[in-house]
Amino acid sequence: MQGAEILLQPGVFPRLLQGLWVTVWIAGVSVGLSVPVGLLVGWLMTLRNPLIRILMRIYLDFIRIMPQLALLFIAFYGFAQAWGWNLDATGACVLVFVLWGGAELGDLVRGALESIPKSQYESAYVLGLSPWQTFSRVILPQAVRRLLPASVNLATRIVKTTSLAVLLGVVEVIKVGQQIIDAHRFEFPTATLWIYGVIFFMYFIVCWPLSIVARRLEKRWAHD
Amino acid sequence: MTTKLFGRAARAIVAAGAALTMLVSVAACGPSASTPSEAGDTASASGNTSATKARSLDEIKKSGELKVAVFSDKAPFGYVDKDGKYQGYDVYFAEQLAKDLGVTPKYTSVDPAARVDVLTSNKVDLVLANFTVTDERAQKVDFAKPYMKVALGVVSPDSKVIKNVDELKGKTLIIAKGTTAETYFGTNYPDVKLQKYDQYADAYNALLDGRGDAFSTDNTEVLAWAKANKGFTVGITKLGDEDTIAPAVQKGNTELLNFVNDEIVKLGKDKFFHKDYQQTLEPVYGDEVNPDDIVVEGGEL
Repeated sequence: MQGAEILLQPGVFPRLLQGLWVTVWIAGVSVGLSVPVGLLVGWLMTLRNPLIRILMRIYLDFIRIMPQLALLFIAFYGFAQAWGWNLDATGACVLVFVLWGGAELGDLVRGALESIPKSQYESAYVLGLSPWQTFSRVILPQAVRRLLPASVNLATRIVKTTSLAVLLGVVEVIKVGQQIIDAHRFEFPTATLWIYGVIFFMYFIVCWPLSIVARRLEKRWAHD
Repeated sequence: MTTKLFGRAARAIVAAGAALTMLVSVAACGPSASTPSEAGDTASASGNTSATKARSLDEIKKSGELKVAVFSDKAPFGYVDKDGKYQGYDVYFAEQLAKDLGVTPKYTSVDPAARVDVLTSNKVDLVLANFTVTDERAQKVDFAKPYMKVALGVVSPDSKVIKNVDELKGKTLIIAKGTTAETYFGTNYPDVKLQKYDQYADAYNALLDGRGDAFSTDNTEVLAWAKANKGFTVGITKLGDEDTIAPAVQKGNTELLNFVNDEIVKLGKDKFFHKDYQQTLEPVYGDEVNPDDIVVEGGEL
């Protein structure tokens, strides 16, 4: 149990919280930017234009097939070496997570829009609604219900994937944890378990409310 | 009809996207303020478009910052202390270099595998992260003169200290897989029985349990461990091929390379690295270690 004392050392907790803020910031900005990108991509995917369809297909498959870590390295080191486009580590992370989140969310949006039966559009027109009213009052509310639980899950995945940022030198919660463990290597040899335990709870506290929201929404809308 | 509808939807989405982008760029410097060292990510989120070519000395002086990649979790060479400040043998040297340039150092935390890439992609000016000089690495980066050296060390219990490598004949030596110790003893001393472990922690536990007679790996590592674990001594502090540790700059950045080399020679006259050793390594290694086994002054072995 001596290892637990490390958590009471001055500076340990505030520093972990600072690290968590970096994690949450990267995830928050990425998720926030993914929403407009995802909606746009999803809408483009429903278009009939074959060229746009092929482009969107390539985009989605490329992002899905490539590991996020490879994308991060390309954005951080590759861009700089190839074109002198020198992103800093946080910028590279946000760029990759937005591309990834946008592609995944786009596919969810496409699925949700396509899952609305044609009869819904036709019934709305028969009732005399304009195209915009049809979309905003009839189609969108139904699509969002099908979309939301899955997108909240996507957000938790983005939060967890930010831990890869460590490999670009971003000092987020995991790196702060490693620094603390190492700085106390001789005083608290068993600190590893405690520090990673706290980090586990930090991720949990960030992701848990999101999963609760997803589950609630799924339940509430299950019967509609 | 539908195209018109989607056109409006698209416009709304684009507008929302633009609004969000603006919002984010306003908040762009959010996390950097909270990282312990403001390492690596203080430049505005994506606006930093400097070319990949390394910065000249004048550019560094003008910017007021020397960008240095250091370890942030490898005490006592590069680590972050309780107050969130970078410390260690490498950092001590970086501070002096920045001081002599008339700028402040800006540290970026680096992982061992990323040390070449941060230079080739010009993320930093200089790598001071216990960078062992190898031929392979020297093809990709330019190493300055060495400021440290590392060899193998052998740690054994006080009751049966092994002071000479010949004493190991017929005995069991614990080693960690994939280390220089494994190849060194495997090729040079086939009559030493090797007990191999994947993790350092397991290897040390094996020594503590008495499953082997001694343990060998980098001398810097065993020295620090022996200091923290009573009842064990590093009987052999220097064994095998000596590797040197040197600062590295981007390939072809002779301007900075020459500056660093001149600094190492100049500082060597004042025994700077012995002072560095006293400040950072001695508290960990204790006084039974001869600093000359580790420190290189003036870049001369």
